Amino acid sequence: MKFAIIRFGGSNCDLDVYHILSDVLGVPTDLVWYKDSIDRYDGVVIPGGFSYGDYLRAGSIAASTRIMESVKGLADDGKPVIGICNGFQILVESGLLPGALRTNVYPKFCCKWADLRVENTDTAFTSKFRKGEVVRMPIAHKEGNFFADDATLSDLNSHHQVVFRYVDRGGDVVPAANPNGSVENIAGIVNESGNVLGMMPHPERASEPILGSADGRKVFESMIEYALQG
Amino acid sequence: MKYRAEITTQLKEGMLDPEGDTIQRALMHLGYDVSGVHTAKKLLIELEADSADDATKMLDEMCQKLLANPVIHNYSIKIQ
Repeated sequence: MKFAIIRFGGSNCDLDVYHILSDVLGVPTDLVWYKDSIDRYDGVVIPGGFSYGDYLRAGSIAASTRIMESVKGLADDGKPVIGICNGFQILVESGLLPGALRTNVYPKFCCKWADLRVENTDTAFTSKFRKGEVVRMPIAHKEGNFFADDATLSDLNSHHQVVFRYVDRGGDVVPAANPNGSVENIAGIVNESGNVLGMMPHPERASEPILGSADGRKVFESMIEYALQG
Repeated sequence: MKYRAEITTQLKEGMLDPEGDTIQRALMHLGYDVSGVHTAKKLLIELEADSADDATKMLDEMCQKLLANPVIHNYSIKIQ
């Protein structure tokens, strides 16, 4: 089993994810330049950053690169694909996940800890969590304001595709816990089959106790378990 | 034939425009009674095409594939 972390020009969380997967969890992992092939990998991470300077719209240029066709192919084969922060923006821009990520309601870069409630544990990335568990991971973005029209939102809810919501410490979905204006406090969603996850919070920045939280590690542990069963 | 086109992408009506709202507030702080500010992005594109119709068709494809995000944007194409 081997994972690929895709690097675009401007990706900057690639080494953080590599550290967690390779050094902390001991999984063979390669950093793969976007012009190279990912066909022989068992899972893909699209890390955060500012690919192509966020020109046009965050994630839009990376979404139009050829490697995203291969990512679609791996996703169709049931392999786990996770996009974190800018990676989430790339996944919605490329149509692998529904909706869009708009500029935050308070239009500033927002970098802080967020409390998240785990809404669905039946995905490739959340099997190690308990349903309803409140976990901490940091966010760091300016375009994380998730939007989907009413029909898409109702689809997402009825297929249990909302995986993480921003909540208060008690686990309640309240406006004060919403850092960016996302509809229904949505922080992360999966595709219908549950093997493609996009999330704005950074699990790789919360995967060791020394970082202030190790909750994010379960995202990668779940992904590893899922890939091993593959 | 060489064509020059002007593409404007804008958030759909009713879509939150925090940048526009912030600019509106700043204008009001300066004493201007402004009832709305909406931001848009303008792209000037030069391209070769057989006819204006062909150029429009290509530009429309470009908007669908990359230049606009149909989930949140409207776009308009003007050919010169």
